[in-house]
Amino acid sequence: METAVSGDLVHMGALIGAGLACTGMGGSAIGIGHVVGNYLSGALRNPAAASGQTATMFIGIAFAEALGIFSFLVALLLMYAQGF
Amino acid sequence: MAGEAAEATLNIHPMEQFIVKPLFGDGPIHWYTPTNVTLWLFIAIVAIVLLMVIATRGRNVVPSRGQSVAEMIYTFVRSMIVDITGEAGLKYFPYIMTLFLLILFANVLGLLPYSFTVTSHVAVTGVLAMLVFTAVTVIGFVVNGTKFLKIFWISEAPLPLRPILAIIEIISYFVRPVSHSIRLAGNMMAGHSVIEVFAGFAAVLVAKTPLGVGLLAPVIAIMAVYGLEVLVVTIQAYVFTILTCVYLNDALHPGH
Repeated sequence: METAVSGDLVHMGALIGAGLACTGMGGSAIGIGHVVGNYLSGALRNPAAASGQTATMFIGIAFAEALGIFSFLVALLLMYAQGF
Repeated sequence: MAGEAAEATLNIHPMEQFIVKPLFGDGPIHWYTPTNVTLWLFIAIVAIVLLMVIATRGRNVVPSRGQSVAEMIYTFVRSMIVDITGEAGLKYFPYIMTLFLLILFANVLGLLPYSFTVTSHVAVTGVLAMLVFTAVTVIGFVVNGTKFLKIFWISEAPLPLRPILAIIEIISYFVRPVSHSIRLAGNMMAGHSVIEVFAGFAAVLVAKTPLGVGLLAPVIAIMAVYGLEVLVVTIQAYVFTILTCVYLNDALHPGH
């Protein structure tokens, strides 16, 4: 009885934590928005130089995005890979 | 009441599609057991061979449709390598081309209904990323000798800052294979589960609304997400390849 109740509490905590971990994705979204927005404002000022920097933009997106994916990973680990 | 409630409640298992199953029987999975991973990797390789070998067999001056697609992919990857690593990186073109094609085809085939996304497993992408990491480290030491270690010692920075930056650079160097593989696997897993979740909504709404008109909303949502996913799988294949090129460039030209 005791263990069942405490197990439920831990499970609840893990699920709440998983939800909280997903807020990290918002940060990654802001980061990607910054990268693309700044690329676009630069590209509109100097369209001739824009095409050469597309690859750099994607690299920047990838780095910003990876951190959001990490928070998704933490949420998955909390939901499915608990050791109890 | 209780039975009806259980029947029409949300019953979504978005992660079920990523389970590795043996193709024949239910036995335990050993390293030699043919599983759905094996099957879809094989299908991806067959598709690549069909496009890159069979379709370009004619070698026409005026290319057929298949040949022009193959040529577009070839020139795309080649110009990506030349842009980022310079002509020196072209020596490693075959491996980077292989990586790009394998990831692109595995990703796109994973979008078919009832298919299995090979690249959604960290085990698969982790091996690819570790191979890139090992290869790049070995290439860096072979090409530059011990000068390769200069990528950790940033000579442009003020002297007191350099040890701190060196620690950060070393950490970021060894985190590379982790972020490289998890970015791809996480993107594939997240996108495909989103589609699955909306499909679960559809099953509930068709039961709960008159004439099943509620079906329209999730179906439209699935179409939108699917369109986004087609974009995402291509961009992720591109990002994996371009980061390989960036790491290779660090190995070939270690001075910042």
